[in-house]
Amino acid sequence: MNLESTYLGLRLKNPLVPSASPLSTEIDRVKELEDAGAAGIVMYSLFEEQINKENQAMDHFLNTSGESYAEALSYFPQPQEYHNLHAEDYLEQIQKIKQAVDIPVIASLNGVSKGGWMSYAHQMQEAGADALELNIYYIAADPTLTSDIVEQMYIDDIKSVKESVKIPVSVKLSPYFSAFANMAKRIEAAGADGLVLFNRFYQPDIDLDEMDVLPSLKLSSPFEKRLPLRWIGMLRPHLKGSLAATTGIHSASDAIKMILAGADAVQMASILLFKGPSALTEMLSEMEEWMEKKGYQSVDEMKGAMSSASIADPGSFERANYIRVLQSFKFENM
Amino acid sequence: MSVKQITLDANEATAHVAHKLSEVIAIYPITPSSGMGEWSDEWSMAGRKNIWGTVPEVIEMQSEGGAAGTLHGALQTGALGTTFTASQGLLLKMPNLFKIAGELTPAVVHVAARTVASHALSIFGDHSDVMAMRMTGVGLLCSNSVQEAMDIATITHAATLESRIPFIHFFDGFRTSHEVQKITPVPDEVLIKMMREDKIIEHRKRALSSDNPVIRGTAQNPDVFFQARESSNSFYDACPEIVKQKMREFAALTGRAYHLFEYHGPEDAERLIILMGSGAETVHETVDRLNLSGEKIGVLKVRLYRPFSMRDLIEAIPVSVKAIAVLDRTKEPGSTGDPLYLDVVNSFMENESEEWKAFPKIPRIIAGRYGLSSKEFTPQMVMRIYDELKEVKPKNHFTIGINDDVTEKSLAFSNNGWQTDAETFEGLFFGLGADGTVSANKNSIKIIGDNTDNYAQGYFVYDSKKSGATTVSHLRFGPKPIRSAYLIDKAKFIACHQFQFLRQLNILRHARQGATFLINAPFAPEEIWTNLPIEVQQQIIDKQLKVFGIDAYKVARDNGMGNRINTVMQTCFFAISEILPKEKAIQLIKDAIYKAYGNKGESVLQSNYKAVDNTIENLFQIEVPTAAASEFSMRLPVPAGAPDFVQNVIAEIIAGNGDDLPVSAFSQDGTFPTGTTCWEKRNITQEIPVLEPDICIQCGKCMMVCPHAVIRMKAFDGDLLAGAPETFKYMDAKGREWPDNTKVSIQVSPEDCTGCDLCVEVCPAKDRTEVGKKALNMAPVEPLKEQEIENWEFFLKIPEYDRSKLNVETVKGSQFLQPLFEFSGACTGCGETPYIKVVTQLFGDRMVIANATGCSSIYGGNLPTTPYTKNAMGLGPAWSNSLFEDNAEFGLGYRVTIDKLEAYASEVLKGMRGSINAELVDQILNADQSDEPGIFEQRERVGTLKTLLETSNEPKAETLLSIADYLVRKSVWIFGGDGWAYDIGYGGLDHVLASGRNVNILVMDTEVYSNTGGQCSKATPLGAIAKFAAAGKRTGKKDLGMIAVAGGSAYVARIAMGANDAQSLRAIIEAERFPGPSIIIAYSHCIAHGYDMKYGLNQQKLAVESGYWPLFRFDPSKQDEGKNPFKLDSKAPKVDFKDYAYNEMRYLMLSKTQPKIAKELMAQAKEDIIKQWKVYEQTEKLYEPDASTAADSDSQ
Repeated sequence: MNLESTYLGLRLKNPLVPSASPLSTEIDRVKELEDAGAAGIVMYSLFEEQINKENQAMDHFLNTSGESYAEALSYFPQPQEYHNLHAEDYLEQIQKIKQAVDIPVIASLNGVSKGGWMSYAHQMQEAGADALELNIYYIAADPTLTSDIVEQMYIDDIKSVKESVKIPVSVKLSPYFSAFANMAKRIEAAGADGLVLFNRFYQPDIDLDEMDVLPSLKLSSPFEKRLPLRWIGMLRPHLKGSLAATTGIHSASDAIKMILAGADAVQMASILLFKGPSALTEMLSEMEEWMEKKGYQSVDEMKGAMSSASIADPGSFERANYIRVLQSFKFENM
Repeated sequence: MSVKQITLDANEATAHVAHKLSEVIAIYPITPSSGMGEWSDEWSMAGRKNIWGTVPEVIEMQSEGGAAGTLHGALQTGALGTTFTASQGLLLKMPNLFKIAGELTPAVVHVAARTVASHALSIFGDHSDVMAMRMTGVGLLCSNSVQEAMDIATITHAATLESRIPFIHFFDGFRTSHEVQKITPVPDEVLIKMMREDKIIEHRKRALSSDNPVIRGTAQNPDVFFQARESSNSFYDACPEIVKQKMREFAALTGRAYHLFEYHGPEDAERLIILMGSGAETVHETVDRLNLSGEKIGVLKVRLYRPFSMRDLIEAIPVSVKAIAVLDRTKEPGSTGDPLYLDVVNSFMENESEEWKAFPKIPRIIAGRYGLSSKEFTPQMVMRIYDELKEVKPKNHFTIGINDDVTEKSLAFSNNGWQTDAETFEGLFFGLGADGTVSANKNSIKIIGDNTDNYAQGYFVYDSKKSGATTVSHLRFGPKPIRSAYLIDKAKFIACHQFQFLRQLNILRHARQGATFLINAPFAPEEIWTNLPIEVQQQIIDKQLKVFGIDAYKVARDNGMGNRINTVMQTCFFAISEILPKEKAIQLIKDAIYKAYGNKGESVLQSNYKAVDNTIENLFQIEVPTAAASEFSMRLPVPAGAPDFVQNVIAEIIAGNGDDLPVSAFSQDGTFPTGTTCWEKRNITQEIPVLEPDICIQCGKCMMVCPHAVIRMKAFDGDLLAGAPETFKYMDAKGREWPDNTKVSIQVSPEDCTGCDLCVEVCPAKDRTEVGKKALNMAPVEPLKEQEIENWEFFLKIPEYDRSKLNVETVKGSQFLQPLFEFSGACTGCGETPYIKVVTQLFGDRMVIANATGCSSIYGGNLPTTPYTKNAMGLGPAWSNSLFEDNAEFGLGYRVTIDKLEAYASEVLKGMRGSINAELVDQILNADQSDEPGIFEQRERVGTLKTLLETSNEPKAETLLSIADYLVRKSVWIFGGDGWAYDIGYGGLDHVLASGRNVNILVMDTEVYSNTGGQCSKATPLGAIAKFAAAGKRTGKKDLGMIAVAGGSAYVARIAMGANDAQSLRAIIEAERFPGPSIIIAYSHCIAHGYDMKYGLNQQKLAVESGYWPLFRFDPSKQDEGKNPFKLDSKAPKVDFKDYAYNEMRYLMLSKTQPKIAKELMAQAKEDIIKQWKVYEQTEKLYEPDASTAADSDSQ
């Protein structure tokens, strides 16, 4: 049984890749994932904005109260050297993971400035990353921003990263584009070697006791896989680059579905955070069982076997499928 | 040897030498010497080595006494040691200095000489501390400038090693310790050559060691002590020669020559001033100028003051001298003269018999006192003294610099007649503490010092408030060495970085004719002129000033710099002052920015660069019309209706004219009236809270947390609304406890608010349809100011609600009480003052406060205005501050007296039972004063008694009248911070807690020495960084509460208002009611924690919810009632400690400097919290009354 898959030009021993999450913050945990069968690892994201904010906050609070009262010209020691002002920790973590494991390491970056995208991408490559995943995390909440401007921003960011690195670059996206398929094509045209579908945003909640908005990010549920499944299925025939599925993949059957729809890699975090790395081993053996049962010799054979290009009713991935759901609804099921 | 010059202050210069030449450094913070300890700690943490290649051990102690003890021990075991201190700190070291000197042990104490507290505390400079050390046997060497501080520090370390006499090396606090000057540093090679290795080995050989055991520190008896004490004489005899020798060696190595007594002036001088310290530089400067015009005057600078070499003094004085003024910067009341004067007089006396030098006639010698507490000492004063020396009978024992209109000791002088030489640039910069003005100026001095041949000097004056504090930077540059150790009076360049100052301070009186005036104004260039007060316009025209304007806040904001206008204003200064070519200056500013921010990340760097580039295009010259036409004037320092003392004295201090107040303006014993902050309208906020009466639930939380008591709540009868201003807001009183027609008003004082936001943050009432809107919301103050001033005045006129009818045991009820602590100068958003305010609301009308030195004594008692105030009946807290270390004992003294006088009054009263109203006497003696109504009634009865006594003929009537007020219950409060309670005052605190006496101790725990800039205390938590713990505190916080609980007899509570205000209030009330000692440890957020103080209450909540700060109350009296005395008031930890800690820079910073250690300490801190919680839970269980024991005792 050949489980190998090619993703972003990297030959993976199987399609299962732990996604950007706290899983990659501990070297030992990454090793466990490799041992459990992970074919590669996407590191947690480096947020340029967070680095900038932290640095500015530090400068502000170190100095803002000083030089106003004769007995206390400052309130903190003023160390000459600061650590991790330019993401040294992250770059060091890339190196450490590279040394600890043999699987490809994909670094993940969220920039805010052109300079930031370019310089951090370059530094990640120099630190040994095998590929980059751009985690373009932008909430277009400003009503004066048109879709044109937002889309162009994506394209410009991708171009500037591609200019500064040689390693393959994927783009992790949200589904919130009015013409997603077109956007996917434009992103590919801008140089992206692959797309990762989809990003999950921070999901605020409301606290009914305190009447406050609470920040939260809950682990994904299997139901959420439907969205990437559908879009991978629809996009596969139109894109040349790699596709990775992420969000809501909790079992071997979920992974198989993604591959059938056209995914080159299947990324997951929630299930691994919840069950531990051994979940990977189980998924791989269940995948093999299923493949054997269905007579598949390799993952490559499966890939896209049920994309919109390959199935009898391509419309089933598109709007028509909700009509079918409605039609299949029978009163006796009530 | 060519050495690159550097620009720094004397604290840093001295610390550099001390760190290079020591192995053990024992430290403790005290202004103005703290900087030396801070530098040493930071350098050792960064691994900087001394000249012998090893990193000195720096250890912080619990007090200066402790530091001296540790130093003594370190010296006795063979280390080369040093310490830094000032004022009271030096006094605490005194016993050890006797010992160290008696044992002939080389050591150096570097002192930033500071006033010792007498009628008042002062953080500023004079020689009263070092002069108090004359008896100890230590040597005293004085530096007069920053350059000398570094040089003489070197000489002192070398001399002590060879002479075996321990030394105090001192320089003037602030004037020298904090003055930034361009100097030539002493390189390591020189330091190495100055220190003799053989002498170090000798020192080591004398060390206590079990390998070569000796005993030292024996007890001696009348038979031998005297002789043994005299055995060290030869060392003192030899010492001056050794110091001279080291000075010669130093001169050979550096080219800078010093002498024990340094004469400067012509060979044939006739008049001479002898003095030491920074004032000597001013005299030197004046002498040079006056001698150019044919005067024959000289100055003698004293460097080695102890051991005092009379012969060297006499030999240094030209025989032509006919009259000498000896100036002392200290006061020894009741002596025959201040110390240096007596030494000089005596030297001449002994010269008569010893004949070291033949004078045709002994010069006339007079004594003068100057410069106490950094009082200005100027060339004009020096000129006046030289003039006095011309007199046939000059005034002896004069003072200079003040107007003594009571004992007529002062010399009258004129401020005219002196102008700085034309080549020296003098600039004055007025800014706010928070706007970065001082750091920008320090930067400018370095830029000019490092990049031009100019000499440079910077001195910075801060005001005594911690919020909205004004700073004035005094900058001098020029081709000649700058010896002017005094403030700039008339400047060529004046910058006003805060537009509102122009209405408050007469800034332009300091402008020279034709000077340049730079204004930061929140207006377009063409609008600036019309927004200037008439007085400012007139001065601009009269003095023909060149005026430039910029909206610096806009430029700063547009470039992501927030409120920091430092870079912008600095660029303006260089752009228009023409000290350097503009382009070059801009490049140098950028280089300096790189140096300052290069290690803080690219984004910080880029914002600064951008701000520089955008400044020039936003800087405009303002056209000055020919006539002033402004429609408004500068504000009066205090309102016209203020009391006489406030008008005549306080207002002058506020207006910056304090130097002109004569001696007669002040009480002789340091007493001041209370309640003066209400007259100083500081107008420092841009925003104030605005009430939405429809949303407000009248919970009182906003009042409770307001650090400055600017938001108030009153209940009153609706009829009192007659005449209310139109915009006055009020509501129907909520709740059933109120009589019909009761209204409630919540009002803000717009001119006293500091805009901290805490009231808005704490407000729990949200609009139902727009949840983001609360009952209080911040709004810009300017459009509201006039109406709210009117409303505030109306509000104040409404009488206070009858306190005996309020349920003061609820947060809401307590907040209808009048605060008797208001408008202090505490930091915006202070976490300490809300506790003090609540205590004064509850007990202020009958409380006496003992206050440990620290933040609370500064915002509580620093002039010009003080916040403790009186109610309408004239009752209010009486307040005093003794020392830092003795506050618990000081407060206990209050209690002992009050108890004694209460008992005495009762005894006398009992004795009069037969002769005055017996029923009244019985009622007074048996009164129940356990609550508000009881106290109120007793006060009434005592009032009646006093009326009776006034007309009584009883022999003891007058006596009883003087102590009758003690028959009304008094509340003794002891306030202080953690530095006092955990460290320096702990011994006394422990004793007072065990005394059984009824005192109430409030520890406002900020977990650092806040007042001196955030040094580590034993309250500092594990894993936090602080000064003196730059590498993170490695041990846990001392649990003062549980230590007190273990004592068993005191009421103990741990509170955090932001987490549980009701528990805080309950604890305060219970503590006061408890008949023995009580201690409350109150979590106090602080700017030294490094976050926006508006979130202070949220952080308190997280501190409690994380289990870091469990709330509890321990009331031993409950045991008698068969109840559990220990009550845990908070729940088991539910928030991750990290989610609390990493909101604060003090924790976060360690993860930025030493991430690995930060991680380890974080893990340990979490473990500690779990352990601590278990201990607390078990303690609660442990105190659970045992059912069977209770039953037994019942049956007995």
